[in-house]
Parts: sequence; C-alpha cells; structure tokens
Amino acid sequence: MPKTLFDKLWDSHVVVALADGTTILYIDRHLVHEVTSPQAFEGLRLSKRTVRRPELTFATMDHNVPTDDRLVIRDPISKAQIDALSANCREFGIRLYDLSSEEQGIVHIIGPELGLTLPGTTIVCGDSHTSTHGAFGTLAFGIGTSEVEHVLASQCLPQQRPKTFKVEFTGRPKPPVSAKDLILKFIGTIGTAGGTGYVLEYTGEAIRSLSMEGRMTVCNMSIEAGARAGMVAPDDTTFQYIAAKPRPFAPKGKAFDAAVARWKTLPSDAGATFDRALTINAADVAPQITWGTNPGMVTDVTGRVPQPDAVPGYSRKDVEQALTYMGLAPGTPMTQIKLDTVFIGSCTNARIEDLRIAAGVLKGRKVATKTLVVPGSQQVRAQAEAEGLDRVFKDAGADWRQSGCSMCLGMNPDQLKPGERCASTSNRNFEGRQGKGGRTHLVSPEMAAAAAVVGHFVDVRNWPAPGGR
Amino acid sequence: MDPFRSHRGKLALLDRANVDTDQIIPKQFLKSIARTGFGPQLFYDWRYLPDGAPDPAFALNAPRFLGASILSVRNNFGCGSSREHAVWAILQDGYRAVIAPWQDRGGTRVPGFADIFKNNASKNALLTIELSEAEVDEIFQLVDRFPGLDATVDLDHQRVTLHLPEEVSFHFEIDPGVKERLIHGLDDIGLTLKHEPAITAFESRHNTQLPGGRSG
Repeated sequence: MPKTLFDKLWDSHVVVALADGTTILYIDRHLVHEVTSPQAFEGLRLSKRTVRRPELTFATMDHNVPTDDRLVIRDPISKAQIDALSANCREFGIRLYDLSSEEQGIVHIIGPELGLTLPGTTIVCGDSHTSTHGAFGTLAFGIGTSEVEHVLASQCLPQQRPKTFKVEFTGRPKPPVSAKDLILKFIGTIGTAGGTGYVLEYTGEAIRSLSMEGRMTVCNMSIEAGARAGMVAPDDTTFQYIAAKPRPFAPKGKAFDAAVARWKTLPSDAGATFDRALTINAADVAPQITWGTNPGMVTDVTGRVPQPDAVPGYSRKDVEQALTYMGLAPGTPMTQIKLDTVFIGSCTNARIEDLRIAAGVLKGRKVATKTLVVPGSQQVRAQAEAEGLDRVFKDAGADWRQSGCSMCLGMNPDQLKPGERCASTSNRNFEGRQGKGGRTHLVSPEMAAAAAVVGHFVDVRNWPAPGGR
Repeated sequence: MDPFRSHRGKLALLDRANVDTDQIIPKQFLKSIARTGFGPQLFYDWRYLPDGAPDPAFALNAPRFLGASILSVRNNFGCGSSREHAVWAILQDGYRAVIAPWQDRGGTRVPGFADIFKNNASKNALLTIELSEAEVDEIFQLVDRFPGLDATVDLDHQRVTLHLPEEVSFHFEIDPGVKERLIHGLDDIGLTLKHEPAITAFESRHNTQLPGGRSG
C-alpha cells in the first residue's frame, strides 16, 4: 500500500504496538532547554531513574537568556533556572551548549545547524515549536515536562497515531511574499484548532521552491494551526543544506551518500492517501498581518481591521475581546496601524536568510521605531557579522543583540510595556505574550523591517515607490 | 500519579474560546524549578488587578464559583505553548476536570482541547472531557439557572451527571489506554520500561544515524 512520508516515519519508529491502540515510539533525538526540564530531572532523581541515552540528548539555554550582556543574568530566578540546567546536564552526562558556547542559540535553530536534525528521524523537545524540524522530513513534535522525563528515562514515548493532512501550496509566491505569509495564510484559513489531531505534510511547487530556512518557518508555525507536527519531504535542497557546512552530527563522506540514498525513499508514495487535504494557491497570497490575539486572526496587508460579526470561525464576542485588547477600531486599514516597536527574531524568523532580508530593507535607511534584531543562534550572529549585516542594522539605528528567544515570549528582559504595539516576526500574538499588556502583530521579516522604517505597516510589494529603493 | 475514578464538585464557567496556555499561566511563572505553587498564578493576568486584588470582572472570581472543582470552557482550550505548568496550575487551584466542546466545522470534527495540553493533563490526572457544543451550551445554561450546581464526572462509566432535581447526564469518549492509566493511577514511565527488552531489540536494529560509530 502506498505510504505517506508520515507513515514511513511512524512505522520505522514503532517499538511496540499495544492492544489498546497505544504505540511506543522510539525517539532519535531529544532536545532540552532550561524552562521545561528541571521538574523532569527532579522526577528522575525521585524515582531513582537515569537517562537511558544521554548521547542522544542535547541541551541548550535560550528562553531566559538576556540578549544584551548575556553573562550577567540579573534576574535571580532566571539565573537559578539556567544554573539548574547546567547542574542537571553535568549530573546526567548530557551535552550542553551553554552561554559560553559559540554554538548556543534557540534550540530549534541550533538543531539543524549542528546536524542533529536529519531526514527520517524522530525529534522531541519540551517546546511546542519543535515542529520546526519537520522541514527536513523529520517527525518532530513538542511535548510536556512529564513526557520530557519519559523520554529521558526510556528514549520512547507512548503515542496515539495522529491523522494525516496534506497542505498543498500550488504556484509560486510572488516576492516579497514569503514563507511566513504562506503559513499565516494557511492558519487564517483553517483556524488555530483546524490542525488539531493531525500531522501536516506541506507539499506543492511553492514549498519545493522554498529554501530550508523558509521551510523551517512554515513548519515552525504548524502548532499555531493546532498540529503538533508539520513536515516537508526531503529533496536536493535538504541534502545540500546538510552538506553545505561542517555539521558535527550529520553523516559525512560515504555515510552521507548512503544516508541520502535512504532519505530519497522518504517522500510520500504516489497514490498515498491523507485523511484531509487543502490546496492554497501561493501566487494569490498577499503579505499577511495579524490583527487579533491568536495567529488565526490574520488578514492581507491590503485589508482592514474586521467588523466583529464578520470573521468566519470566531464569535462576535471573540473578535470584540481581541480588538479591545489590541486597541483597534473595526474598519481601520492595516497600513494605518502605527507601531512602537519592531522585533526581528525568534525560532520562526531569526535564521541568516531572515536577517539578510531585513538588512536588505534597512540598508541606507533609518528606523522610526525602537527595533530589536536578535539572531537565532551565535552561529547566525557570527555569519551575519561576517557579512556585515550587523553594521547595516546598527547604521539604521536598530539594536543588534546576542542570540536567544528574546521578545518572542518575554521570559527575559526584552519585553513590551503595557499598551506598546509591536510588529514581530515571531509566532504568537497571544495576550501578554511579549509582555503584559503588549500588542503583537505577526508579520514576515520584510514587512517588519519596512514597518520599522516608516513607523506603520506598509505593503512591501509596492514600497518604496519606484525609484525610491 | 493518583488514580482518578470519579469526582463530584461544583461547576465553574469560563465563557471564552481559544484560551491559550500563556493565559492559563503567564510566562514569568515558568521560571520556577519546582512542580508546586502554581495555583494562585492560574489565569494571573485576567484574575488580578494591578494592585494584586482579585478582578471582579473576571468570571472565575464570581462568588458563585467559589470552591468549584470542575471547569467548563469553550473550544480549543489549552492551545499554544507546551508548558505543563498550565495543567499544574489548574490542578493546584483546585480543579480535577475540564469540560470543553468539540466542534463540527464543515464535516470535520475539531477537538475541544489542544493536543499537547490534553496529553499533559492525562499525565497529571486532570480529566479532560469533550462533549458536543450543544451539551456544553446546556451546561452553561443550567449552571447560570442553578448557581452552585454540582456535577459528578465518572470516568469508569464515561459520564458527566449534573445534580439537578431531575439529573442530566452526558456520555463522553476517552482513549482506552488513557482511561486505564487514569483509573489505576499507573506510572506511565514504568509501563514503558516494562518493554525494556523490546526497546533494546529496537535499538540494535535501528540506525540512529549518529556519526562516529555511535549508531544504536
């Protein structure tokens, strides 16, 4: 019977299929960060268990990390959590990329950089954006702390088999429409619960034409559609990304060639069936901006803040609550929304390609808002500096930072103040996400950088006016 | 994990859809390395005024819900971040079960709870119950009409019963494996480790693709 990419991943990781429908699934890589792991390590100690495969477990610190002076953590509670991860990694023999490491960064950015993220493997992490790694044809999903403990102890997870959902993007996005716009459009189409219970496979010409960075942006936000995992079948773009740089945990030489031969068998077979399918024409997608308090509350840059009774999938009350929080009046053109802050960063959009795009917009211009540019990893930071991007950002008046989760979630000093409005390349516009009372609009790096220059949103397809760029 | 068979308690209502885990427990409380102390932080940004006093505008601060232990909510509860702290906060604030509606959207069944939240709940004996939208609407109406209404959530019989003069009951579905573990309070990790020979056998045939001869 023809199999999907997901079927192949799942079937090759079944340790035991139990009579009650539960599958014990093997986990190839376990990524760990400081926020969701301390109670899991404590659980191991209490039950006198150990880490079954420490060499398949990799840790870094990202959520609490200050992005200015990273070696001085003023918040004693943040510091205690970071110190706890160091101590736990020492005690259990786990490799840690700490704040002194040149390979430290946001966990979902360093996995692919280090070659930990490989096609045909399973990856989990106590973080919902683990779906990012699916861009490599990897089954990757976020888990809670009890499950972190479970994987530490057994290298396995009991799972129910999810359903499959084929998301096809036909045509090609018209630049500067980007991967971020495609995924926001999809979430706006099916809603934030539309993918619950499914593993998504993104296919079609538009996905094939994306770089690995773009595919990671798409897969990253699968969870914002409710899906724990989203995947893209591996192809030459994938193999070239893995081989392009020295990646310590990726196979090399003959082992790489053998791996590629294996990886080429992973794409969904012709005739494989999915439980659900949806097609979006990428050529029709406009730059997207969220107007509300979840990523499904999104519209085209040419759109307006909606009327409360005119949003499919949301009640009048849902929309009114969102608009009250966001401080927006129905009918306001999206391009008239003025901004206080621009954040370019996060596991969604802080890879080198994102920074190049932002720098392309900011080069020779000045920002009109407070603008924070936070590379996703120290490797991204080093590469950006080698390319001179840091100078472009600084010359434009933006703040160039060290790597970390930064203003994506406000667990570190980078936060919005109450009422502040932010154009953000991150993944969640939930109430208070970037700081209590902060107002978040999710956009692509290009849209964010242009908004930083003008101080309000602009349609990057016709900005600046001809001759001005 | 403590076993969960049946629980009787007062119902509380939170009439909001798409409640994300950032609302259930805001980020600043995730810095704790302990597993306890999250109860007072539940719904923190909605629940308290800037001076720390309870905000009377927040539904769950209403006197009629004081001491409630079963929470009825709207669809897509627990979406967003994987933080298990959300489940700990709900439990530690005194709730034993949450009821949310599944929805029919164009012939597709959309679950009432987000996946990771539901999974986390099952590991902590917080019962997540999915009913139809009509049934959850009925619960909201009855609780409004009969303040202080008690319900029993009976996992054995997969039934929610509202204790009115004429009792109203709803059947719910639950994964049989999850039900078994909850009813007996089984140690999830212990169950997996019983399959140790199978795990070892799997590792000996499975290529984990680590370079340097460290494949399994």
